Amino acid sequence: MAFGTATATLWDSIKRTMSTPSVTAHATHAVDANTHHRISTLFTQYAHCLDDDRTDDWPGFFTADGLYQITTRENEAAGYPIGLMRCEGRGMMEDRMLALKIANIYEPQHACHLLGPAEIHPHTDGSYHARSNFSVFRTMQSGDASLFATGKYLDHVVNENGQLRFQSRRVIIDSRCIDVLLVLPL
Amino acid sequence: MSATPSASTAHSTGPVSAPLSAPLDWPAEGVARVPFRVFSDPEIYAQEQERIFRGPIWNFVCMEADVAQPGDIRTAWVGETPVVVTRDHDQKLHVMINRCAHKGALVCLKQRDKQDSLTCVYHAWNYGLDGQLKTVAFRHGLKGKGGMPEDFDSTKHRLQPLRVATFCGLVFATFSDQTEPLDQYLGAPMSKFLERNLGRPLKILGVHSQMIHNNWKLYAENVRDSYHATLLHTFYTTFKVNRLDMDGGIILSDKKWHHISYAKRATLDQAGEYKNANVHSAKFESNLAGPELLKAWDEFEDGITHSIQTVFPTLVVHFTLNSLAVRYFVPRGVDKTELFWVFLGYERDDAAQEKMRVMQGNLTGAAGLVSLEDGCINEFVQRGSTTSPDKRAFIEMGGKVAESNESSRATEASVRGFWHGYRNIMGFN
Ligand code: FES
Ligand SMILES: [Fe+2]
Repeated sequence: MAFGTATATLWDSIKRTMSTPSVTAHATHAVDANTHHRISTLFTQYAHCLDDDRTDDWPGFFTADGLYQITTRENEAAGYPIGLMRCEGRGMMEDRMLALKIANIYEPQHACHLLGPAEIHPHTDGSYHARSNFSVFRTMQSGDASLFATGKYLDHVVNENGQLRFQSRRVIIDSRCIDVLLVLPL
Repeated sequence: MSATPSASTAHSTGPVSAPLSAPLDWPAEGVARVPFRVFSDPEIYAQEQERIFRGPIWNFVCMEADVAQPGDIRTAWVGETPVVVTRDHDQKLHVMINRCAHKGALVCLKQRDKQDSLTCVYHAWNYGLDGQLKTVAFRHGLKGKGGMPEDFDSTKHRLQPLRVATFCGLVFATFSDQTEPLDQYLGAPMSKFLERNLGRPLKILGVHSQMIHNNWKLYAENVRDSYHATLLHTFYTTFKVNRLDMDGGIILSDKKWHHISYAKRATLDQAGEYKNANVHSAKFESNLAGPELLKAWDEFEDGITHSIQTVFPTLVVHFTLNSLAVRYFVPRGVDKTELFWVFLGYERDDAAQEKMRVMQGNLTGAAGLVSLEDGCINEFVQRGSTTSPDKRAFIEMGGKVAESNESSRATEASVRGFWHGYRNIMGFN
């Protein structure tokens, strides 16, 4: 199947942007309180969307060509490109959401995100880089509720006509090991 | 069954587990039945550690790429036993029990490390990369007092070695002197197919694991079960990655405990059975909104687009479109198993090819669109069967025997093959 140089170049640039610049490097340029509040609200709404099973709304948190990735600390450290989930563009996110509704089979479960405060730094192009921690608790049919994942979000947030969206949200989980399976995005 | 219990257990080394409090009588129907007790009985689990994992078989431990350079150290497991894999300065690979010769502490704690020697943190005994004891702290005491007795012989204390063999970038180890050479253990058809998939410089593209709450043998059955693939994994069938109506088949090894299941995409024709049967997978009418996910290229001349291969007891290699991965599973208790995924590409891949492998990485793994069900399905069997040890599974799809079938994958032949091998080595007649 043909796969041109243009795509390869795109892939190279995606790989470069995969390593989000360390936010602490820009520690002196903090955002104003209002922007901080708006971005933090985006994160809260994102988490509540997933926790309340509004999976149809999830792709809307991203730009049309946004990136969503879940990987592990171990893969990050080794520079391995394959994590657990990778969606490039809203289409793949919609496919994921459709699959978990009508194709994938798993024990019904609920997630509860607890978010930590974010460090947010403006980029010269008007977008923002952010880093925040999370933990996700999962409740199964048995009533068993347990810690499912901890880790950090590395985000690139853009303003699209007044609407804040993720240009990329990379989820780096601390553990190499997933309990049972991972079907809902984090 | 050909082997007797004594013949199969004579090979094993290490502690000999106690006989079962109640003997296991395999059902008269043979490999077409499996007593549920084998999935939940802790005594059988203990016997497996001895007869299988410490017995005359080759255990996959890690990728050669994990220990590519002299000084590379990797911790792994053989059954439940923790081991260390090292490459020494003569490029030689060593697999040793991760247990200090002094008081038995773990010598290596990190998953991966790079050191010139191994030092136990407890009392600082120091070993070479080959596991030989090099130095003992305070061996001659302090200020003439204490120290080891005169007759202390450091050559008598070392990390317990296992035999090591490699093939196509895979590192195997065995506890037993009786284990046949690796090429014989695999057999020609299995080796040839491993060579097809792994026989060139490999590149690790990603790793993770998942904890599945079932006995290890349920996963061993599950990866051999070509019957379920198209029924449980509905994403697969919908996108024509693997359907029973494709040309394909099953190949079993001589001892029947390794297998290859393969499909060819080119000859797909819409079998009527799919449209008529009320199969859940057939209901999913979808055009992918993000079709780049399945962007693929034809990598091999033989037309095989999907394959899954097992090497008894715990190694799996899959190749779905261009998604290549080694999976292996480690028993963590009678009802718990850790399943590891190692996603691979080739050193020769160009950026576009690697990109396709990366996107297809979405298909498998703990969050795999076509594989995530296996994370829970074996647990459902464990939960359903554990209170009925005297009942048994019924495994007659495609016949009652374990034979290769080069024309159909609508069969449980490979599952029966696993039980054939298992009964022999365990002496369950
Ligand atoms: S237990 Fe290792 S040095 Fe004592
Ligand atoms: Fe499966």
